[in-house]
Amino acid sequence: MASKNIICPVCGASCDDIQVEMEGKSLTVKNACKMGNAKFQEIVSSHRIREPLCREGGSLRKASWNEAIERTAKILANAKRPLLFLGSETSCEAMEVGIHMAEFLAGIADSNSTVCHGPTAMGIQEAGRVGATAGQSKSRADLTVYWGSNPLESMPRHMSRYAVYPRGYWTKRGRFDRTVITVDPRRSITAENSDLHIQLKPNSDYELLSALLSLLHGKRPHPSVEEVTGITIAEMEEMLSMMKSCKFGAIYVGLGIASSYGKHRNAELAFNLVKELNSYTKFVIGALRGHCNVAGFNQIASYLYGFPFGLDFARGYPRYNPGEYTAVDVLREHDVDAAFILSADLVSHFPAACAEYLAEIPVACIDIAPCPTTMISDVVLPGVIDAMESDGTFYRLDDVPIYFQPFTNSPFSFTESNEDTMKQIFERVKEIRK
Amino acid sequence: MAANSVKTNTVKTNPTNLMIIKNGYVFDPLNAINGEVKDIFIKDGKVVSGLSGPETRDATVIDARGKTVMPGGVDSHSHVAGAKVNAGRLMRPEDHYRSVRKKTDLTHSGSGYTVPSVYKQGYDYAAMGYTTVFEAAMPPLEARHTHEEMRSTPILDMGAYMVLGNNWFVMRYLKEGDIEKAAAYVAWMMRTHKAYGIKCVNPAGVENWGWAKNVRSLDEPNMHFEVTSREIIRGLAEVNEMLGLPMSLHLHANNLGHPGNWEVARDSLMITSALDPKSKTDLEWAETKESARRKQTVYLAHAQFSAYGGSSWRDFCSGAPELTKYINQVDNVVIDSGSVPFGPATAMTGDGPAIHDLYTLTGQKWSNCDIEMECGSGVISLAYFKSSPVHSIMWAVGLEVLLLVDDPWKTIMTTDHPNGGIFTQYPQLITWLMSKKARDDTAKECHKWAYEKSSLGGVDREMSLYEIAILTRANSARTIGMSYRKGHLGLGADGDVTIYDLDPTKLNVNDSKNLISRLSRPDYTIKDGQIVARQGEVVAVPEGRRYYCQPYVDETVEKEMMADVKDWFKYYTVGFANYPVPEKYLKNPVAIPVNMPLEAVARR
Ligand code: SF4
Ligand SMILES: [Zn+2]
Repeated sequence: MASKNIICPVCGASCDDIQVEMEGKSLTVKNACKMGNAKFQEIVSSHRIREPLCREGGSLRKASWNEAIERTAKILANAKRPLLFLGSETSCEAMEVGIHMAEFLAGIADSNSTVCHGPTAMGIQEAGRVGATAGQSKSRADLTVYWGSNPLESMPRHMSRYAVYPRGYWTKRGRFDRTVITVDPRRSITAENSDLHIQLKPNSDYELLSALLSLLHGKRPHPSVEEVTGITIAEMEEMLSMMKSCKFGAIYVGLGIASSYGKHRNAELAFNLVKELNSYTKFVIGALRGHCNVAGFNQIASYLYGFPFGLDFARGYPRYNPGEYTAVDVLREHDVDAAFILSADLVSHFPAACAEYLAEIPVACIDIAPCPTTMISDVVLPGVIDAMESDGTFYRLDDVPIYFQPFTNSPFSFTESNEDTMKQIFERVKEIRK
Repeated sequence: MAANSVKTNTVKTNPTNLMIIKNGYVFDPLNAINGEVKDIFIKDGKVVSGLSGPETRDATVIDARGKTVMPGGVDSHSHVAGAKVNAGRLMRPEDHYRSVRKKTDLTHSGSGYTVPSVYKQGYDYAAMGYTTVFEAAMPPLEARHTHEEMRSTPILDMGAYMVLGNNWFVMRYLKEGDIEKAAAYVAWMMRTHKAYGIKCVNPAGVENWGWAKNVRSLDEPNMHFEVTSREIIRGLAEVNEMLGLPMSLHLHANNLGHPGNWEVARDSLMITSALDPKSKTDLEWAETKESARRKQTVYLAHAQFSAYGGSSWRDFCSGAPELTKYINQVDNVVIDSGSVPFGPATAMTGDGPAIHDLYTLTGQKWSNCDIEMECGSGVISLAYFKSSPVHSIMWAVGLEVLLLVDDPWKTIMTTDHPNGGIFTQYPQLITWLMSKKARDDTAKECHKWAYEKSSLGGVDREMSLYEIAILTRANSARTIGMSYRKGHLGLGADGDVTIYDLDPTKLNVNDSKNLISRLSRPDYTIKDGQIVARQGEVVAVPEGRRYYCQPYVDETVEKEMMADVKDWFKYYTVGFANYPVPEKYLKNPVAIPVNMPLEAVARR
């Protein structure tokens, strides 16, 4: 029988209309994009990690569940300052156990946003953010701006579900009721599908945003900005007049803003531009989050302890200082002596110095398939796939919480979900530390 | 007698769940007990008339001689859980660096002063003697978030009001004049999202904010839906009484925060004057001497922000005398104050355009989140200064709206946390209500407009502890329909008790410092017969309950309504099947069936 209304656990769009039909080893998936479909297929993939692994001598061998839990708990309990890295594509419920464990162990809790939209969150901390849930743009937006983002590749259904193509209440003609601007140094396929492509020079977002703000305030930016950004002031004026004259505009910033020169200052300025635009017309801004439930970590860490990522509990209370307590920095500076990694491949995605240090210290991880991180780990616990095999909560790119229910069960007898695994580890950690 | 006595700061487990609070001066307004020396008996978490001999031997006995005993505090309007509260936390690390709480063997750590993280928030409320707190604004689409945060909040009993004043379905039905379908929709929404009451925020205006506009009067139709604020207030209040919800409509009036807005507030309150309060629940009510049933058909939120005179910031002045004059004449209104005790704050409300106005005034960091088809919200950092003429007037207005209303059963003391101030500033507020000298002393430190542009300087009233008990527990509980178990110490009430180290016979209300410190750190906070806090320290962390209503309507109307809902659901970005809040998001849920047909009630 086909299951309907399944949530896709891949990117921040958290599409909730996936239909899945499972027959033995074959899986038919409807409505998901390519990226989503690939993930659904992992449930029956031959690559799937199906047994716990423990390191002995130099290599990983099969281990019993109890042994793997025991060793993970010991790694954590024996550490002076462990890093708990709680990655994406897993539930808030599993992350929550991890943050609690970091508090208990006086360790550090961090998540994917530290390497993707951390600067965006820091921009919010400087400026605030004027946003809206995705349905507002769906029904109202007549202007969509992709700034440093390429949704057709990073969030394939963003345009069709939320921002450009859907037929909303006041946008019944879908794409025809909307103008799309893309700001990107590259001629991305999103740019190709836009009405206006502002092809600025790389790393000149800050200058372009400043110039737009100057123009908005009725001042002329310094002419050198044309040279710096590669955009003429006339083009800027054209863009700004499109923005001021729309009825409802929405900007989606991507990593092009968060990881180019200026980082959180770019985000801050983009947020300020949108704040000011609201004195002329309706304007909102949001981040295109490439990974599922990155937003969730920010939300739960904020409400449980008061900071969105990079939380240090060394003093018994939460501290936050990006660049000091964030995962990359504590690894590079050798400030932690063990690591636990939930659903993330840090070895592939972190700077080499961090990956090398990870290979030196005791590491335990939960993952569904072999990757460089599982290879350097001392313990590998098989992951349960959230939204397919277990229920829980994701926060969507616009911070709307989505409750997901599985269409099948955990393939393991020893754990129901990543949350369950995390709880089993925490129980043992508490017993050892007693 | 071999009873267990409780020593200072020892964690006392109470395996028998029996408790006697002896010899305290009890202030229990719903039972007309005004400072009489009385023993309170608690068994299995409930107030009982007495304990048997063996029970007495096993009971935890608290000697409250020379102390003030009140029911546990009830906050009927506070922003403590959900998307906008968390937007405030996320946006303000500077608020969190400064105020941290270390973990203990018993408690979690936390941070945040104006927008504390949930554990810290729960402990701070409990340590101050409050046991029940209701979240003032829950957007339906983000209800799961609100429930998640409440689920993580320790100790407190909680519930949340659902924001409905700019909901597309409500506006559409009211435009069509179909009150029955509107009621059916509201009933379904409350069941679907586990909401306790109906909140109406800047009716008609927030939908316009979807286009960066607002409405300025009660009779200006909004864009597209073409309904007016007056129609929405009347409609939702009618729905509220048709369904017979435990609390009345909770209104955040139009033009909030604007000079001269007292008139629109008064006119809004007039709209429901012809309605009768009806509560159609089948609850078991604990015994009270006074009527524990709500009398109001409208409960105005944070009156301070809606009681301004003048026509601009230049001739800004208090409008509280005018607004309270109306409230004194009628019986169907309750207000909470939303007072301003000075210092840092974070303004957060479902009224997006009001926050945008504050942004254009102050240029502070500003977050906003509009919610498709339903509502919106805004958050902005703020601080109130005694040197500021406008803030000084706001301070005065926040006290006037309480002191100028003669009948304390029409008022509730709040700061609209964290809008006017922080809930931990309640003790400071109480000292101003109890002492004219305290007010005069503060006024001297303020900008002179505090007294020049308000009537506060001429107000001699000093509230008694009895009145304070009305404003902080009895009436907040009664107004929201929780007095069937909260806000008093009658037989069958929840064993929630606060014991302050205050001897009412020797009380010097002019010693503000002493009063504040004793009110801030009660000797005991007791929840369901268990000591949860002792002299400001949390000593036990039980899990609270989550209340919500389950109203029912005629099935045929419900079916027709559901067809409309499904038809318009395509404008949402979540599917119909993924819209509801499952019960797993609630800890210890208490569902209150409302408007059940008689036979259904009998069958239960
Ligand atoms: S857009 Fe994202 S959430 Fe939607 S189906 Fe594709 S990968 Fe999954
Ligand atoms: Zn409020």
